[in-house]
Amino acid sequence: MGIRTVAVYSAADEDLPYVREADHAVLIGLAPPAQSYLDADAILRAARECAASAIHPGYGFLAERATFARQVIAAGLTWVGPSPAAIEQMGDKIRARNLMAAAGIPVSPGSTEPVLDSGTAVAEAKRIGYPVMVKAAGGGGGIGINAASGEAELRAAFATARSRAERFFASPDILIERYVPRARHVEVQILGLADGRVIALGERDCSVQRRHQKVAEETPSPGVGPDLRERMLAAAVRAGEAVGYQGAGTVECLVDADTGDFIFLEMNTRLQVEHPVTELVTGIDLVEQQFLIAAGEDVSFGPAALPGSLPGSLPGSFAARGHAIELRVYAEDPVRFLPSPGRITEWAEPSGEGIRVDAGYIAGNTVTLYYDPLLAKLCTYGATRAEAVARARDAVAAFRIAGPKTNLAFHADLLASPEFASGDYDTSLVARLRP
Amino acid sequence: MAEVRAEMVANVWKVVAAEGQQVDAGDTLVILESMKMEIPVLAEEAGTVSKLHVTEGDLVQEGDLIAVLG
Repeated sequence: MGIRTVAVYSAADEDLPYVREADHAVLIGLAPPAQSYLDADAILRAARECAASAIHPGYGFLAERATFARQVIAAGLTWVGPSPAAIEQMGDKIRARNLMAAAGIPVSPGSTEPVLDSGTAVAEAKRIGYPVMVKAAGGGGGIGINAASGEAELRAAFATARSRAERFFASPDILIERYVPRARHVEVQILGLADGRVIALGERDCSVQRRHQKVAEETPSPGVGPDLRERMLAAAVRAGEAVGYQGAGTVECLVDADTGDFIFLEMNTRLQVEHPVTELVTGIDLVEQQFLIAAGEDVSFGPAALPGSLPGSLPGSFAARGHAIELRVYAEDPVRFLPSPGRITEWAEPSGEGIRVDAGYIAGNTVTLYYDPLLAKLCTYGATRAEAVARARDAVAAFRIAGPKTNLAFHADLLASPEFASGDYDTSLVARLRP
Repeated sequence: MAEVRAEMVANVWKVVAAEGQQVDAGDTLVILESMKMEIPVLAEEAGTVSKLHVTEGDLVQEGDLIAVLG
């Protein structure tokens, strides 16, 4: 796009490839996130020093902090993301649920106000009906989420969620909602265009999870038929319109595997880790669209030419071509999924037709304990799901990483499992593969 | 005597047990933190915590001694 880039990095990350790939790089502090990547002032200082004109927040740390977005805008820079108001409205899961319900989007029975003590939690759970899910209203990344099937479990889940919320998130508020026992986690990619229209670019199935965190994603979802897809995409567009959404965002839903109904879970007001699968089946570079929209320009693919959409009736449904899978390669042991930081002594990526690897590391780098265990996203594309899966199997076998333990062996087991191969799986798949 | 060792590189986030304390199998001794995950270190058998080798904020390597149960 001809945009010059500045990377910011902490002392722990100075040897990583992205620091060298950027046109310029600025050290913003020490390894602990609070002293670098969460330090808004340090990032704004770096932007000023380099005379940067825009900040792209990526998909971690400050990406969903409305206060940071406001600071960026107040400093005269372009914020590559939705408006601070939209981030705020969607950032709190309780507010977001209420807003979505008002917009006619299905939500599961749940609390409409923050649950602040365990007595209220018990009363709310009784009203909603067990089993329930207990979550930090301002949370994310699966942290502090627990299911409860009775009062004793609920009290424990509430205490855990509360302590995590106080430790990791800006708000101590807790949300309780009905738990769906057999669910698929399906999310819709939306783009709010500069002219105000909101379009949906298909869904991603993120049901392969451990500790409520995604491990593998695919698109299209094998559990979503044409009718359900149309309803989910339309709901996601309404969700975006309800907050005047601009840029890339994701509307996360649960699909009840028994009834086939869907409910709104939450909206992520940023680019997702798993955005490459959408790019592979649509041919659209989502990060490019983010920059274009932030600059007030048209998207590069021309909404009028959107496959499957009817002229003049945007947002329409979106016909993806082929099938794509993303496997998150984590620095963790492949059985218990415990973190495994360490120095990388060997790193050899697979390559070939239909293979895309987005990696953060090369041989000689050290994976530290300060951040997420994600090493690389191994993505494959195929004309059919079977072809994408077959390519993924070969790619996993060809990926060589030595030093830290990795979950590549888990991915091999996942791809070999009849349940995954059938496409008929839900969020408890990993627990069945690793009892 | 049972030695409790770290399974991975981690920060010591919380020291839950105290020296001289009686613990049962399964009780949490310390909570480690690595890669945004809290990892409780549990007593594998009942006993008395005779020595704690870490304090909060310490960095432990894989195999480092965390506690000795007597």
